[in-house]
Amino acid sequence: MEYHLETPLKEEDVEQLNAGDIVYISGIVLTARDEAHARILEMHEEGHELPFDLEGAAIYHCGPLMQKKEAEDGGEEWTVVAAGPTTSDRMSKMTPELLKHYNVRALIGKGGMNNVAESLKGKCIYLAYTGGCAALAAGSIKRVPKVHWFDLGMPEAVWELEVDEFGPLIVGIDTKANDLFTSIKEKARESFSKK
Amino acid sequence: MTGNITYDAVVEATFNIIKEAETILPEDVVKALETAKENESSDVARSQIEAILKNIEIAGNNTIPLCQDTGILIFYVEIGRELNIDFDIKGAILEATRTATQQVPLRPNAVDPITRSNSSDNTGEGLPDIKYDFVVGNQLKITVAPKGAGSENMSTLKMMNPTELGSIEDLIVETVLNAGGRPCPPVIVGVGIGGSFDKAARLAKSSLLRDVDDMNDDEKKILARINSLGIGPMGLGGDTTALAVHVGKSYCHTASLPVAINIQCWANRHASVILGGEE
Repeated sequence: MEYHLETPLKEEDVEQLNAGDIVYISGIVLTARDEAHARILEMHEEGHELPFDLEGAAIYHCGPLMQKKEAEDGGEEWTVVAAGPTTSDRMSKMTPELLKHYNVRALIGKGGMNNVAESLKGKCIYLAYTGGCAALAAGSIKRVPKVHWFDLGMPEAVWELEVDEFGPLIVGIDTKANDLFTSIKEKARESFSKK
Repeated sequence: MTGNITYDAVVEATFNIIKEAETILPEDVVKALETAKENESSDVARSQIEAILKNIEIAGNNTIPLCQDTGILIFYVEIGRELNIDFDIKGAILEATRTATQQVPLRPNAVDPITRSNSSDNTGEGLPDIKYDFVVGNQLKITVAPKGAGSENMSTLKMMNPTELGSIEDLIVETVLNAGGRPCPPVIVGVGIGGSFDKAARLAKSSLLRDVDDMNDDEKKILARINSLGIGPMGLGGDTTALAVHVGKSYCHTASLPVAINIQCWANRHASVILGGEE
């Protein structure tokens, strides 16, 4: 099945999806990698409010390559050069804690994640985008409304990206804890052990 | 004699190969991906390779980097021993790297390993990584291979026992298996056998520069075993987990058997330039 969704995402938007489905997303996605995840959790721990809204959010595991250009009004604006997904598994340890405190509805990345299916149950999905396809992804990013935490460096900052029909994304883990990556890996391990 | 090999010429030539490597994938890799697409039996797998080929086309047509992870830059410099290089060749490569970061542009990836502070120009203590070699003749050859972290992080080095010779193949296949979809398969598997702790790793990495189809029967056999795992493009299942296995060998200590496996994503980026060579 193919779905076209808009952010902010609602619980019913993601609950209808099954592992293997194809999804296109429009609206705002927020990039967040290792350092941003760590800072979100740190700020929550200290009781601070985040400078961006994670309610119904789609988090994109991505460290984009951006360029500063002159805007039409004479000021400066950021444009996307290349923005493919990074390896999601690096965020596996921090994700269950993140989902405990915020209603993030979609995680977008590549390669799958370990031990997160339980924490995604009933509320959030994992979507796989083709790794390395940064030039392709840049084509569906229309605008860069904001950047947060630029002190973390270009790849680690949180970028708000306005996307139009961003995809195709494959549902890797659905809200029923079905995990495409884990089942493929288990089969591969069986075939390896037989040799 | 250095002919037309000057500091400025090296800066310009190095800038050009960085730009080429980041935006245009070598023809042999593109062909291997096209063949893989035709041979894939799974729809999802084919959709992943189609996206990759479309991405390659967009990047090439618009001269933008294939991947946002423009990597750290690995240089191989071959200096003809008839040449007398009387300028700072490392300085020229560093200058080209800084200019390329601004103008290609490249993502600033170089950070201090402890403080994680980003130098913003892809240089820093030890980076870019430049390997020098002296060769016959009067030419200067520079090769750049940008290496992304997604695949690099999945690499392995093991100091094996010399009597474990029979398990080298298992180690290679298991490394690809454990990596799963994380290093952006279909991958190219660079293997270094022998040498020393660091030489094995260097052999594994330089093996990635070989033409994708240039494989002997042993390498083809390991490739077939990797592809029988069914991990597939991006770990979403399929027939193409790897495009090639390339093994480099070196004599080693009688008591040692170092084996290194360097994983390379489908974006096996590299480009070369030759300067000089005239009478």
